[in-house]
Amino acid sequence: MTFSEFVFYFFAAILVLSALGVITSRNPVHAALLLVLAFCTSAAIWMLLQAEFLAITLVLVYVGAVMVLFLFVVMMLDINMARLREGFWSYLPLGGLVAALLVAEMVIVLGGRYAGFHDMPGPPPLPAGYSNTKELGRLVYTEYVYPFEIAAVILLVAIVSAIALTLRRRKESKYIDPARQVAARASERVRIVKMPVEKKEQE
Amino acid sequence: MPYITPLLPAYPEVFLLVMVCVILVVDLFLSDDHRIVTYALTQLALAGALVLTYVTASAEPVTTFSGMFVDDLMSDVLKLLTYIGVATMLVYSRAYIAARGLYRGEFFVLVLFATLGMMVMISASHLLTLYLGLELLSLSLYSMVALQRDSPVATEAAMKYFVLGALASGMLLYGMSMLYGATGTLGIAQLADTIFYGGARDVVLVFALVFIVAGLGFKIGAVPFHMWVPDVYHGAPTAVTLFIGSAPKLAAFAFIMRLLVQGLGAEQLVGEWQQMLIVMAVLSLAIGNVTAIAQTNLKRMLAYSTIGHMGYLLLGILSGNLTGYGAGMFYVVVYVLMNLGTFGMILLLSRSGFEAENLEDFKGLNQRSPWYAFLMLLLMFSMAGVPPTVGFYAKLTVLQAVINAGYVWLAVVAVLFSLVGAFYYLRLVRLMYFDAPADTAPIAPRGDFRILISLNGLAVLLFGILPEPLLALCLYSIQVSL
Repeated sequence: MTFSEFVFYFFAAILVLSALGVITSRNPVHAALLLVLAFCTSAAIWMLLQAEFLAITLVLVYVGAVMVLFLFVVMMLDINMARLREGFWSYLPLGGLVAALLVAEMVIVLGGRYAGFHDMPGPPPLPAGYSNTKELGRLVYTEYVYPFEIAAVILLVAIVSAIALTLRRRKESKYIDPARQVAARASERVRIVKMPVEKKEQE
Repeated sequence: MPYITPLLPAYPEVFLLVMVCVILVVDLFLSDDHRIVTYALTQLALAGALVLTYVTASAEPVTTFSGMFVDDLMSDVLKLLTYIGVATMLVYSRAYIAARGLYRGEFFVLVLFATLGMMVMISASHLLTLYLGLELLSLSLYSMVALQRDSPVATEAAMKYFVLGALASGMLLYGMSMLYGATGTLGIAQLADTIFYGGARDVVLVFALVFIVAGLGFKIGAVPFHMWVPDVYHGAPTAVTLFIGSAPKLAAFAFIMRLLVQGLGAEQLVGEWQQMLIVMAVLSLAIGNVTAIAQTNLKRMLAYSTIGHMGYLLLGILSGNLTGYGAGMFYVVVYVLMNLGTFGMILLLSRSGFEAENLEDFKGLNQRSPWYAFLMLLLMFSMAGVPPTVGFYAKLTVLQAVINAGYVWLAVVAVLFSLVGAFYYLRLVRLMYFDAPADTAPIAPRGDFRILISLNGLAVLLFGILPEPLLALCLYSIQVSL
């Protein structure tokens, strides 16, 4: 086993374990932190593939921004985990059996015999002055400009739908319109309601 | 080094994207009374894309964007039909969405974005664009289902659709990443070449294939990946159900053709995916048709019938030859035509605060309006596959292809299950003609709706009497594109 293989298996093991932890841990904050660990280890694996830019972006964007925001939301919300986890144990035997079978089959197929390092070689070593970032920038704006644009459109869809689904005027909100307040006339401020006189009950 | 990309083949996509952005901005300045402008602009965008696609159509496949975009006759035909389907859906659903507070700019913008996603999928010749197009379509559809946010059924449907759709995308991506690992390329043509020259291990390819077929099965709603279909069809606003059930099926067909037939169509792999598709097709035919009988909700019944129809589509594709693919294309086109009409009828009978989604709502339609009852009769006959409607020819061509490919038993199974299917389509006809109406509200659609639904219903009959031109077009476009 070469050193890079060792590094790969080391990080891959942590990645799988932390991913398992994300879906099984009882505490949502723990789950989010384990997800951060999963991101960091996958960044390390990308580093092995000489994709430094992507690895750094993963840490910066996902760990640095997205997950922090996510943790914040998890802490703010009062999620009833007991209700969410209802039925977990009753589904576990069947689900676990299926998962175990699936994993076993995948190990048989993807074991070293068919999909080892020999069949799926890593990228060739690159010269010392090679800039990953520069290459990526060049490709994104030339060869991959079409998928890049579509990805941008997908983000636009996300914005449009997020606004369409969440922005609405709540009926119970005490929304005030300053323009209407300023334009109000004296006659609109007070309304005198005439009511018939009622006699008080005799005691 | 100058880098020039010929944009001409992609003009329809570029035009549509520009129009979506224009509509998005223009809509901001419109009051609710002038929303008709957004509607008109949306129809205009579709019409413009139609003209551009027609003008730039060519029988020779043209690729651009470094081989990530292909413009061949199959894509042109499918795109033209997509525009027509989307425009028809907009006409049908206008009154319906206006009555439910969905007549907003976002609805039209999302429809156009979804259309753009379908166009990207139809014209993709690279796994990356294929996937991005699918995501563009799916994301727009998820939010359209959820647009009626005060309805708990719609929200639940959107949630299910989103979670299962994300799972399916994950499977598809995993399969694609295995393909990339095995072949070192994402381009569909290069993929096919590498596999043809034996540049990849079969075991890994088959492994990738399993995940890809599972992902595709989810997306088209074939058994055993169909769980989301009834809930989404039932829960979504009927206009959105109509949309999901129509044009995206054309894009899904293109997706399967590009990925399975063009990309993974090598000799040793065809046998593998044929087996998987056979299992999916038989199960879809069985479960779709049998479960539909037990439904009292028309939208749920049509959802199960969709599953059955997808089984037929898979039958066409698994024949593994050009005639079979052509038959599959013909089937999906006919299916979209019938689906548009049937959901159009549900929209026709619905009104503000009332959904005509139960079978009883169609009782005695003949007494309320003989013409619409007749149209619905044609559509139901076509769905069931009764001659001389077009549904009969669609089923017939698929069955011929299956028999030619040597799967006689499959054809027998398919016929048996369409007999089962005929029961619930004809039950609706019985309700319309032999029962007393439960609901006596007048049916008074707008003029454009009335004309279009009449054309739609008559088209089912017309193409049934003269199926040759459409069938020949499908066969020819497949032949020159593969």
